[in-house]
Amino acid sequence: MSRELTQAEALREALCEEMRADKQIFIMGEDVGPHGGIFTVTKGMFDEFGGERVRDTPISEAGFVGAALGAAIIGGRPIAELMFGDFAAVAMDQLVNQIAKARYMSGGKVKAPLVVRLTIGARGSTAAQHSQSPHAWFMHTPGLYVAVPSTPADCKGLLKTAIRNDNPVVFCEHKKLYFVKGQVPDGDYMTPFGVADIKRQGKHATVVAISIMVNKALAVADKLAREGIELEVIDPRTLVPMDWETIFKSVRKTGRLVVMDEGCFTGSVAAEIASKVSKECFDYLDAPVERVCATDTPIPFSPPLEEFVIPQEDDLEKAVRSILVGAACA
Amino acid sequence: MGVCEVLKDGDFVTSTHRGHGHFLAKGGDPKLMMAEIMGRETGYCKGKGGSMHIADISHGIIGANGIVGAGIPIAAGAALQLQMSGKDGVVACFFGDAASNQGTFHEALNLASLWKLPVVFICENNLYGISVRQDRHQNITNIANRAIAYGIPGEVVDGTNVLAVYDAMARATKRARGGDGPSLVECKCYRWLGHHAGDPAHYRPAGELEAWKERCPVKLFGERLIDNGIIDEQQSKQVLESAAAEMLEAQAWAAQQPWPLPEKALEDVYV
Ligand SMILES: Cc1ncc(C[n+]2csc(CCOP(=O)(O)OP(=O)(O)O)c2C)c(N)n1
Ligand SMILES: [Mg+2]
Repeated sequence: MSRELTQAEALREALCEEMRADKQIFIMGEDVGPHGGIFTVTKGMFDEFGGERVRDTPISEAGFVGAALGAAIIGGRPIAELMFGDFAAVAMDQLVNQIAKARYMSGGKVKAPLVVRLTIGARGSTAAQHSQSPHAWFMHTPGLYVAVPSTPADCKGLLKTAIRNDNPVVFCEHKKLYFVKGQVPDGDYMTPFGVADIKRQGKHATVVAISIMVNKALAVADKLAREGIELEVIDPRTLVPMDWETIFKSVRKTGRLVVMDEGCFTGSVAAEIASKVSKECFDYLDAPVERVCATDTPIPFSPPLEEFVIPQEDDLEKAVRSILVGAACA
Repeated sequence: MGVCEVLKDGDFVTSTHRGHGHFLAKGGDPKLMMAEIMGRETGYCKGKGGSMHIADISHGIIGANGIVGAGIPIAAGAALQLQMSGKDGVVACFFGDAASNQGTFHEALNLASLWKLPVVFICENNLYGISVRQDRHQNITNIANRAIAYGIPGEVVDGTNVLAVYDAMARATKRARGGDGPSLVECKCYRWLGHHAGDPAHYRPAGELEAWKERCPVKLFGERLIDNGIIDEQQSKQVLESAAAEMLEAQAWAAQQPWPLPEKALEDVYV
């Protein structure tokens, strides 16, 4: 059985169910308390769990993200919420030098079971400091797990996995998806890390799409299917660990790959995927791997500029057509 | 207004996510500001910055900022540059009550006091950081007291009294220009609207907003001018009407401005 929930509701269910089951779990962040979070994820949780466990923080990102590590190291299971992923930069020392390395530097003696939930993506003219998609920063930092769910069901299942996991997890929630609905299974279920979801089977080209780009890729796949072009759309769901085998298998079948991501082009998650696939599937590729990413610019404020910078369905369609030139289906 | 009135050409301000007032008070052009807020090509930042990132270096406006607390060290740095180049300019650094909980606030005050930088730190204490009331985000009432930790003057003023703000700013600016270093001025004030359009601000206790509205700084100053015979009712009304008309005109002008060409997004990343 399942119900229709928004991403925000699905995340809230995961948080509430886990917090009911484990008293060590608490959440802290800006305006998460009585206000319920600016994207409503923690709405009502202050009333159920109280201000100790649903804790408003001062605007001190380095402070409370670091505090999450301290609590986690000695037995707590904190969840820190960064209202905008852009503010992770304020807490970067704690994330990169402290949280990510705590276990390794202790020779495996320390555990840091914490989750940093943060928001990614452009939502419409929130400009350069509130629109970034910084998941590549975290993928580039060994020691962090990185989740990038695209559906309410995966939000719930992956967040539960993140909370129960003993590693630090950076959990990236796309702002534009908070109020988008989807079917969410009933009951207590977990979505495993490192298992990609093949959203659509196809034989002409593989599209690996990240977070909200999955929706765009599926729309393009629908459109192209009417011309007989069948795209295989893969949602990796977690970047670390990454389900490489599913991606390789798909590319070995289709011979073509486009990676679509809202992060900017250079040094991106898409670049990493393209690079690995180019090596592992070298003999199977019929065209160079294409990347459809944000441009290498900050995210501009003005709507026509933002639209240009953020990867759109048209961009994907063009990329797919470019690698299918001369192919049997085209 | 009380702050920027003290400033001269050659002085600078750093601002916040709530920066439109600072911008106008420092002499920014309302038309170009509105065009920027509407994302138009002719806006101050060609539509790239928008509401939270308006800057106009030609008027000494280093920039609004989307990152709470980020402007504070930038202000200290501008003051350092003024000091090192032997100029007598000062920097006015605006930030909110909640921003005073960022590490940047503490680091910048330490730097500025250590190096006796010509900067005045202006805290607009409007009692809230989004939904979180001051007594739930810090264990003090007077942020000005944090000056003690850095060995600089800290002063609390009634932020609804523009002349009190002006006087405090004049004292702090004199000290800064004289080479005696920074000051912290805390202006007690209030945010009338929600944090952003669409925030119903249910977190405020009943009656709080009404009480602060009684202390509207514009109204109080107008009454004072009238009481002292400097202007009459009629003139007061005219001033307010012409200010409103100027903003409406700016808005109407901006709405006619062209959108930027999409490819322009690729420009201005580097010099
Ligand atoms: C580093 C950072 N953290 C959080 C935010 C989100 N945010 C924007 S304004 C704001 C409240 C700021 O409060 P205050 O400094 O008192 O200024 P006010 O809005 O009251 O003028 C918050 C939390 C942000 N923009 N930057
Ligand atoms: Mg405030």
